[in-house]
Amino acid sequence: MNNCDIAWMLVATALVLLMTPALGFFYGGLVRSKNALNTMMMSFAALGFVGLAWAFAGYSLSFGEGSPLFGDLSHALLSGVGLSAQGTIPHILFMAYQGTFAIITAALISGAIVERMRFGPYLAFLTLWSLLVYAPIAHWVWGGGWLQKLGALDFAGGTVVHINAAAGALVAAIVLKPRKDFARQAILPHNVPFTLLGAGLLWFGWFGFNGGSALAANASAALAFVNTMLAPIATLFVWTLLDLRRNGKATAVGAATGIVVGLVAITPAAGFVSPLSAILIGGLSAFPSYFALLYRARTRLDDSLDVVAAHGLGGTMGALLTGVLAEKAWNGTADGALFGNLRQLAIQAVGVAATVAFSAVGTFVILKAIALVAPLRAGAREEGLGLDVTQHGEEAYAQGEGAILVLGDPAAPATPLAAPALDSPRG
Amino acid sequence: MKLVVAIVRPEKLPDVLESLFRADVRGLTINRVQGHGGETERVETYRGTTVKMELSEKVRLEIGVSDHFVEPTVRAILAAARTGAVGDGKIFVLPVEKVYRIRTAEEDQAAVTPVGV
Repeated sequence: MNNCDIAWMLVATALVLLMTPALGFFYGGLVRSKNALNTMMMSFAALGFVGLAWAFAGYSLSFGEGSPLFGDLSHALLSGVGLSAQGTIPHILFMAYQGTFAIITAALISGAIVERMRFGPYLAFLTLWSLLVYAPIAHWVWGGGWLQKLGALDFAGGTVVHINAAAGALVAAIVLKPRKDFARQAILPHNVPFTLLGAGLLWFGWFGFNGGSALAANASAALAFVNTMLAPIATLFVWTLLDLRRNGKATAVGAATGIVVGLVAITPAAGFVSPLSAILIGGLSAFPSYFALLYRARTRLDDSLDVVAAHGLGGTMGALLTGVLAEKAWNGTADGALFGNLRQLAIQAVGVAATVAFSAVGTFVILKAIALVAPLRAGAREEGLGLDVTQHGEEAYAQGEGAILVLGDPAAPATPLAAPALDSPRG
Repeated sequence: MKLVVAIVRPEKLPDVLESLFRADVRGLTINRVQGHGGETERVETYRGTTVKMELSEKVRLEIGVSDHFVEPTVRAILAAARTGAVGDGKIFVLPVEKVYRIRTAEEDQAAVTPVGV
């Protein structure tokens, strides 16, 4: 074991864990104020539910030896996951680091189904999805599965995390159907500063996501770290120019989106490409996502926060461009198509296609199975009132006026203390 | 001239506005208000504190109209704001003594007639 590696991976684990609350802020700012808490809770809940599923079984299903398709249950309940070395860091730290990826991947899907899904079924979906969809795909690419043996390059999870989540998001948005107000009323972000804050914190956390994926404090980590800085810079630059060209104004929501797209695109490539290639990947990845966002809003697809455009297209651009721009001189592993290895591009495409297919089918089956037990959608009245009040019994921006303190059992008659009772309730 | 004051659910406001514009009612003022109209209470919990929310968010519209426009205005709001549940709101029609349009200093009937009608 190497103490430098351990120190860096401890920090990287904390950085990646922070990305899930950051995602909550990013998404939370983009919805209407009556759904702010519900949207943020969709991310925060993943910390608890996916995190626990990961420790109990998800880690083993991903990284247990198993077969090329699935892991096994040899590490279920963390058995055999101790202080002994996994690579150059303790096995338990490796488990925790990978767990933070499972958590954010499941949370990413929520962006497609905000403002309309009941919270109970969402929790069930989140948990099952992390075990039945995320774990197998993580096994394919990182756990000794068939894509890893095929030689697919995915440094930090472009396919496992982003394309996987985007395919799930697309299916979930279709199964859940559009919000009742979708394409009938203007649905505007209620707190753009939250979204900018979320994008900033995501970027910060992403240094652990990509830099930590070297699993060591070495030159490869430094390359991934620097590329994680350079690619979103280029995306933000191109995105801003596209915004200016389109309507003469650089938008803040656009800037936040551009940063995330750049981060997604560099994820599979981070430790495989040169810094200049990272800038190229970042800049190029702005185009498909930018125009997909504009197009999506005119369709009947209510992928509410554009998970498909940002993570699906950004991830696909990154995965394919990794196959083009990978350089053995920088990564010591494989060259891309530009450096004479056309086969790498084909392998990358196979990885993307397999992930999309498996995730789409898995997500559909899980949602339909849950729908047999409980309705997925909140009722029209609940949607109108907002999911904060109806699903959580809280408001993001409570006024406090007219709130009467209930002592003891909430079902018992109220004892008005904080506010005087109205003489006649019907005024 | 009358002043039509309507108190409606915030989530019905887009429907109400659309309905009013369809009825050629232009020129209105809205406020976000809180009120109580006999709805069942909402219970919210913040850590150990459980509260009954007696006041609900509503939107109040104020629309100055000429007499023959009262009926279409009220109908437009009735049609769009109704859900059938307690808490749909109220419409009040009040007499107005005098109206001035600030831009032109027009008075009364002329002041509440939309430009170009």
